[in-house]
Amino acid sequence: MVWLRAIRVRQAAEGDRRRRFGRALVLLMLPAVLAGCDGLWNNPYPDSEADANILYASFSERPKHLDPVQSYSSNEYQFIGQIYEPPLQYHYLKRPYELEPLTASKMPEVTYRDAEGETLPDDAPPAEIAHSVYEISIKPGIEYHPHPAFATDDAGEPRYRDLEREDLEGINVLGDFAHTGTRELTAGDYVYQLKRLAHPRVHSPIFGVMKEYIVGLEAYAETLQEAYREQAATQEEPFYFELEDYPLEGVQQIDRYTYRIKVKGKYPQLRYWLAMPFFAPMPHEAIEFYSQPGMKERNLSLDWYPVGTGAYYLTINDPNRKMVLERNPHFHEQYYPTEGEPGDREEGLLEDAGKQLPFIDRVVFSLEKENIPYWSKFLQGYYDSSGVISESFDQAVQFTSGGEARLTPEMREKGIELLTEAQASTIYIGFNMLDPLVGGDSRRARLLRRAISIAVDMEEYISIFLNGRGIAAQGPLPPGITGYKEGREGINPYVYEWRDGQAQRRSIDEAKALLAEAGYPNGIEKETGKPLLINFDITGGGPEDKARFDWLRKQLKKIDVQLIIRNTDYNRFQEKMRKGNAQLFMWGWNADYPDPENFMFLLHGPNSKAEHSGENAANYDNPEFNRLFDRMRNMQDSPKRAAIIEQMLAIARHDAPWIWGYHPKQFLLHHAWYKNVKPSLMAHNTLMYRRIDPELRQQHRQQWNQPVIWPVVLLAVILLLSLIPAIIAYRRRETASGRELN
Amino acid sequence: MFAYIIRRLFYAIPILIGVNLITFALFFVVNSPDDMARMHLGDKRVTQEAIEKWKTDRGYEKPLLYNSDTDGLNKFTETIFFTKSVRLFVFDFGSADDGRDIGYDIKQRMWPSLAIALPVFLVGLLINITFALLLAFFRATYIDVWGVVLCVVLMSISAMFYIIGGQYLIGKLMNLVPISGFDLVGIETVKFLVLPVLIGVVMGIGSGTRWYRTIFLEEIGRDYVRTARAKGLSELRVLFKHVLRNALIPILTGVVVVIPLLFLGSLLTESFFGIPGLGSYTIDAIQAQDFAIVRAMVFLGSVLYIIGLLLTDISYTVADPRIRLS
Repeated sequence: MVWLRAIRVRQAAEGDRRRRFGRALVLLMLPAVLAGCDGLWNNPYPDSEADANILYASFSERPKHLDPVQSYSSNEYQFIGQIYEPPLQYHYLKRPYELEPLTASKMPEVTYRDAEGETLPDDAPPAEIAHSVYEISIKPGIEYHPHPAFATDDAGEPRYRDLEREDLEGINVLGDFAHTGTRELTAGDYVYQLKRLAHPRVHSPIFGVMKEYIVGLEAYAETLQEAYREQAATQEEPFYFELEDYPLEGVQQIDRYTYRIKVKGKYPQLRYWLAMPFFAPMPHEAIEFYSQPGMKERNLSLDWYPVGTGAYYLTINDPNRKMVLERNPHFHEQYYPTEGEPGDREEGLLEDAGKQLPFIDRVVFSLEKENIPYWSKFLQGYYDSSGVISESFDQAVQFTSGGEARLTPEMREKGIELLTEAQASTIYIGFNMLDPLVGGDSRRARLLRRAISIAVDMEEYISIFLNGRGIAAQGPLPPGITGYKEGREGINPYVYEWRDGQAQRRSIDEAKALLAEAGYPNGIEKETGKPLLINFDITGGGPEDKARFDWLRKQLKKIDVQLIIRNTDYNRFQEKMRKGNAQLFMWGWNADYPDPENFMFLLHGPNSKAEHSGENAANYDNPEFNRLFDRMRNMQDSPKRAAIIEQMLAIARHDAPWIWGYHPKQFLLHHAWYKNVKPSLMAHNTLMYRRIDPELRQQHRQQWNQPVIWPVVLLAVILLLSLIPAIIAYRRRETASGRELN
Repeated sequence: MFAYIIRRLFYAIPILIGVNLITFALFFVVNSPDDMARMHLGDKRVTQEAIEKWKTDRGYEKPLLYNSDTDGLNKFTETIFFTKSVRLFVFDFGSADDGRDIGYDIKQRMWPSLAIALPVFLVGLLINITFALLLAFFRATYIDVWGVVLCVVLMSISAMFYIIGGQYLIGKLMNLVPISGFDLVGIETVKFLVLPVLIGVVMGIGSGTRWYRTIFLEEIGRDYVRTARAKGLSELRVLFKHVLRNALIPILTGVVVVIPLLFLGSLLTESFFGIPGLGSYTIDAIQAQDFAIVRAMVFLGSVLYIIGLLLTDISYTVADPRIRLS
């Protein structure tokens, strides 16, 4: 029996050893898995990418549209701006913004014609111009990125045409198609895209604007609608709707590389639209490809897999996780600019002058919904650039006594650089000009609006709520837009005065005096003796919003006016705005293009929101302003135009339909290894100019991310030690009760 | 039991119709089809014409519940409610307002959710039960008192604090795991799961342990426990063999019903860790006023909950042979 016990003991010991080995293996495996090859346990990217020429960026919400005819928001433009190429682009370095050819061989030639079709001189009065014809020639030899829509078989026929649902078995993403191809860009692709503005199944946000200008576009939409209905009656969807069969009068292909756009009257702003993705080319093969049965069910659509000629193309589109842009192997010759604005050379922005673009091989956008993890990963070197989030503003930025923003020593030590730029946006508090109390053209209402404008201290707002990231507005035009003036001549004299070499907000006493003059001494309506109540309509309900509301109440309290916050949900708020039922409200506008027309139209009477469903949310309607706007919008930049803009600004400031608010300032941080970074508020194809130094990045990552293990060991020891009293107590209790221990 | 299951499945049909109707009513009380169109088309340069076009394309031009312009049954079938709801019953979720296939998205997103939720559930269950049994063993001693205090402390801390604190401590200061992110790259996926799972488990210890402790303390005073002790069994054996087995019915009541819901993920955890799961899918859809996703997810949640309840009933028969489903 002794030998049997001995075997059991040996077996138990072996079992014990095996168990211990298993436990040790598990413990060892985890760090090994975490560590990977480069020793960085917290690296969220594959180790194989450690030295790769990849830019790491993020996105916080999935883009709704990647179809250039529909897309109209900045989070979508960060992708499609790299993929689609309109004929023109903004110069990457020059400021003020300057247009230059992209796929166009030269800037468009514009011809003006009268009602009889006779050519007019360039300086012809706008009233005589019946049509403007833009002739655009594109460079030959530009090719699309690889795409299955262009794949052909040995006979040269499209390989993926007339597919049935069953042919798509096993295909879930575009990369599952075995074959791809390309073809040369032609002027017809631009014509095709412009026709898509009127496509019955496509919702282009600029159709409403363009139908006012492009000759025949409105009628064309009706024609297409009818034709589509007829085709839908005989054919089951999805089907390919051939736009080629329906000519559009205002857009014509002249030859393989030339097309013309004919617009009504004189519309100089069209050149800016020509730099936007709405005017990028679209190959009909792509539409045909995506129109096949079974494609939509697999999310294979133009909205998900764009087709363009840009420097990059989308290879992975998983908007729940990551989106990846790869360098377009067919990208045409494009070079880094050799000149910029003064100071660019000193900043190192011309070090790559004349080099072929793009520099970066791949751009990985990861989904990052929350700011805090994003910021932490930026500091670890896993993102190459970042904005400055409110939660970490003080950690990153400090202001000098002169009010200049600079990095904190911690950031400088890491080699991080800060770039700031005023955005081409205006955030304002509008008065509803249809409101009987604050609106209208009466002197009483105007003085009331001016008094409130003085009382609402936008400098304080910028300081408290934006950490100083903004510029108090003096009118609708933001910096960088023609008509914006700095210094004494640029101030709004009704709210500011020039003292001690700077603009000073007028005093609260002045505001109170204006209020009394308006018939509300000490905030009491003289006629009725009732206190003056102003309603502020807004949507939002977070803690920060509450602080804003309190601040706003406090501003009006300074002039003894009570502010009532009418906080509603987004839909009700929009409804109030549409019906013109709001009183005071906060609104904003981001520039489409760097022209004053794009801001002044926000105050143009025929563009009012309540009556015309336009973008003039304040429903401001001053006949003289309207008249000047109609003149100004058709003019090229000139001293004459500048004078008209000045007149318009004077009228608007006098009438005070807005509290002019502020222009946000962009703060951008980037690491030392990220080169050629210059914020551009207009250009969308900026990634091709950027460069990464992957070796430097890897060095910093290694330096910043070494794992710290001792706290884990310490915690384990503490846990084990804390078990000892429990074990002792257990043994004591079991022994005391005379029971077996096991 | 088979007849019971079939009967319960039939009961599910009116429940699902009711849930669908309530979801529909709640959604359209707050949002009109025009609001949905505006939300989708954006703030800039939206015309009424574009809104009408959007509604027509997606079938939102019809009346909500009753179509007085048609005859007979069409009065009810030619409505948004009918056209949008009936396909759900064959699990055809249709397309989201941005054109994405909802069924495809759900299939893609449920696995990352499950990858987090399942380990949290299993490890959490194991730790909570063990800890609760330990407290029950040391009942009325300083270990029990301090254990309960610890549980209350753990329960009092907000989920956000656990997440942000965990990311800061383990991801940023100690550099042990990625702060956020997710990638299905075989075994390396583990490095993305460690932190959210750890935080998920720790977050649940307080409430879980206290709940199980209460159950065990109730069981521990029963006669069979006294008998087991009288037979001379060790306390560990009494707790882990007899008490645990007899406490299974209340445990299963709380546990089995959540198993199918593990697919639906967690909003906070997934948002902060960048996990591409289903946790934020419904909330994002509500914010984007995407009714197609909202109704699909509510419907799916209801179905999974009904399955969970059914599984709970079945699990009773396994845990206690005296229970018969009829």
